[in-house]
Amino acid sequence: MSQFLQVLLSGLATGSIYALVAIGFTLVWQAAQTVNFAQGEFVMLPAFFVLIGMSVFGMPLWIALIFGLAISIVVLGVLFKKMIVEPILPHGGITLIIATMALGILLKESVKEFYSAEAQPFPSLFPGDPINVFGAVLSLQDVFNLVISLGIVVLLTLFLNRTRTGRCMQATAQNPAVAEILGVNVKRMILYTFLINAALAALASFLITPVYLAKFSNGETLGLIAFIAAIVGGFNQIRGAIAGGLLIGVLDNLTAAYVTAQYRAALPLVLLIVIILVRPQGILGTSEGRTV
Amino acid sequence: MSVPVLSVRNIEKSFGGIRAVRGVTFEVRKGEILGLIGPNGSGKSTLFNCILGQLRPEAGEVEVNGQNVSGMRASDLNRLGVGRTFQQLSVFPKMTVLDNIILAGQEHHGTMLSRLFGPGDAGLTNEAERLISFFRLTHLRDTLAGSLSYGQQKLVDAAMAFMAGPSLVLLDEPAGGVNLTMLANLKERLTAYNAEHGTTFVVIEHNMEFVMSLCTRIIVLAEGGIIAEGKPEEIRANQSVIDAYLGG
Amino acid sequence: MNAHIRKISILALLALAVLAPLGQGNYIVYVLTSWLIFAIAAMGLNLTLGYAGQISLAQASFMAIGAYTTALLTLSGWHWMLAMPLGLTACFVVGLLLGYPALRVKGHFLAFVTLAFNTLVFLVLRNEDWLTGGSYGLVGMPRPDFGLFKTMKQLHFYYFTLGITVLAALAMWGIVRSPWGRAFKALRENPIRAESLGVDTRRITLLAFAIGSVYGGLAGALITPLVQFIEPGSFGLAHSLRILLMVVVGGAGYFFGPFLGAGVVILLPEILRFTEGYYLIIYSALVIVMLVFVPTGLIGVWGRIRERFWPRQQVRADMSEGARLK
Repeated sequence: MSQFLQVLLSGLATGSIYALVAIGFTLVWQAAQTVNFAQGEFVMLPAFFVLIGMSVFGMPLWIALIFGLAISIVVLGVLFKKMIVEPILPHGGITLIIATMALGILLKESVKEFYSAEAQPFPSLFPGDPINVFGAVLSLQDVFNLVISLGIVVLLTLFLNRTRTGRCMQATAQNPAVAEILGVNVKRMILYTFLINAALAALASFLITPVYLAKFSNGETLGLIAFIAAIVGGFNQIRGAIAGGLLIGVLDNLTAAYVTAQYRAALPLVLLIVIILVRPQGILGTSEGRTV
Repeated sequence: MSVPVLSVRNIEKSFGGIRAVRGVTFEVRKGEILGLIGPNGSGKSTLFNCILGQLRPEAGEVEVNGQNVSGMRASDLNRLGVGRTFQQLSVFPKMTVLDNIILAGQEHHGTMLSRLFGPGDAGLTNEAERLISFFRLTHLRDTLAGSLSYGQQKLVDAAMAFMAGPSLVLLDEPAGGVNLTMLANLKERLTAYNAEHGTTFVVIEHNMEFVMSLCTRIIVLAEGGIIAEGKPEEIRANQSVIDAYLGG
Repeated sequence: MNAHIRKISILALLALAVLAPLGQGNYIVYVLTSWLIFAIAAMGLNLTLGYAGQISLAQASFMAIGAYTTALLTLSGWHWMLAMPLGLTACFVVGLLLGYPALRVKGHFLAFVTLAFNTLVFLVLRNEDWLTGGSYGLVGMPRPDFGLFKTMKQLHFYYFTLGITVLAALAMWGIVRSPWGRAFKALRENPIRAESLGVDTRRITLLAFAIGSVYGGLAGALITPLVQFIEPGSFGLAHSLRILLMVVVGGAGYFFGPFLGAGVVILLPEILRFTEGYYLIIYSALVIVMLVFVPTGLIGVWGRIRERFWPRQQVRADMSEGARLK
């Protein structure tokens, strides 16, 4: 039982980070019909910005983190939108999907060539001391990760529901034409969405990299898992992305612990195929936003 | 009396408690051009979609040449001899006019295998060219359909519905967005086709002038039911039709 | 006139393909052979994506199915000419199955399903080592031997591959020129209209996947004797992505797009050898730039140049027209 609890909680901890990535993915999809296949690389990269801040500019960790966040927002938010999404989106969704795939390769190979092909240690933000919760041994890091990601999600939800800008963003996502008539600056709202996506990816990067080490290929699995979380939960809903992220995190850990480590990676994929075929709008999604 | 080409019996369709079509029954005989008109929200589009199997009615039957076609797939319905056009333009923009027309007929010729190993045009080039020249598009034969003007695309769209030699063609707002010259041309061609082949048409249309001059019989729908039926001149004089339009 | 020039240029290119490896070292011949093989795989994906408009990120997994089937059978003593058709049949059947999701979902949903499928195939290849040799793969597959014509020499194997490529291209030409080809394009352009004109879009969608997969399988069946060593890592998602980029870079929906695209992906690294590790960076950046300015691929670039300098009436415009991927 205590082992189960342990597996469950550490699954929730990773799952909550997946949820962050999945939320960004969902937001960008809602606001700009952009399916970002480079999302995994968007999570891989910010950790390297931090490492560059520390090793090249000699910044202390916390300044380097802010530096990494800022650079990520500029590069993965503003530049991504202006240089890739805006010019290519009019050519069609599949063309944009392919362009983001190429972007993924570009980011991955750039890190490999210009930084390092080896996994780099990344400073942990929290102590990794084991603590004891109801007999389950958990690392403090997991607990912090869970608490912080859920905190970010709560803040984001408050922002989207309680502030004027947040509500304008939601209006834009639901119906840009109507939002425009109501006086919402639709273009700016879409830009904000990309900025939030970049920030969420950066935060997820800072939380998850201490566990996995910083490596150019980190994005491959992360991106896939974020897609799966977004789709399984419901592609057009934030709470769907949260549920999907947590679900995948827990399932992943449970399979590894109790079923098969070999086919650990297969379970989310099978789940993805089943969900897409049986309930394409996702577990929590509504079918209205589905564009097929 | 012969079997009607299209027979619609007691079609019922509701959307969330609103009865869009309430027990509509009518028949269309060979060679007729039937107009279905009515104010916005009168249920004519819903009825049309029920006939074509795009919507599943709660009750009632649709028969084409005596065969029940309820719940049939669009491709099977087409192979039974039912052609149709769509409200919005529906050509294949990156294919030539000739290929658009051949495509519209090829599935009615041979088998799946003969369509792979047989001739590339399924032996339809001559027939397609006849139809293209009938719609006066010969000079555009090898042009990509997507690069034609709106009115020309509308003609290609209509021509496609005839390629398979259907016994019944349903036209969904054929006059929508077409300029006056093109409209006269379209009407004249449809009438000529009807006279030449005896093909039965059912037309949904907003443009009264167009319907009145094209159709041989008109059914007026209002609030999901038939309120009047008759020759164009009878409909023009019918007080309840005038009321329905003014009231709606 | 145009058809004439076309015929002559095709013959010229074919002659070039025959002459290219003469006097070259084994390595160059090997690279040219893999260009042909990847062109076959890309040709298949071009049918699925370029002509029929169905995105698939699973082409490498069909190469895997073709490659492993051929490898296992030739290792147990079958002749390649008998093993290959079995591999293709397997691909056809699995391709039909992969087509089923496409009946329900399109666009990015379909991309994800096929992507997941590719990864599942990879996992099976890696984990079922009793059959596939696991991550060590299979080694020592014989090259086909036709008595008088043996393919042990690199150059001979190149000509063998070239012959098969030409046959595969002719078959593909037949398919895209047939009513099936027209139905594939109609499916891409407007599936609802196609269905209303009697096209059985369900069957056509499944066939688009199945035939595309068979070409993937054929490429796999040729990789096996070329490299004589196969492992799961050669058929991962990254390779499906690579084949997809070949199709898009060459020009999706253009008949010769895949040859050009595969050429760029396979041959350019050799030419850009001096850039060392930066090749993929340069390549992916160029792909993005191309998608911004000319989303119809390199053949589309050529079309733009031609239109600019030698504007003229289009003849058989449909054959020179690529796909607009929605």
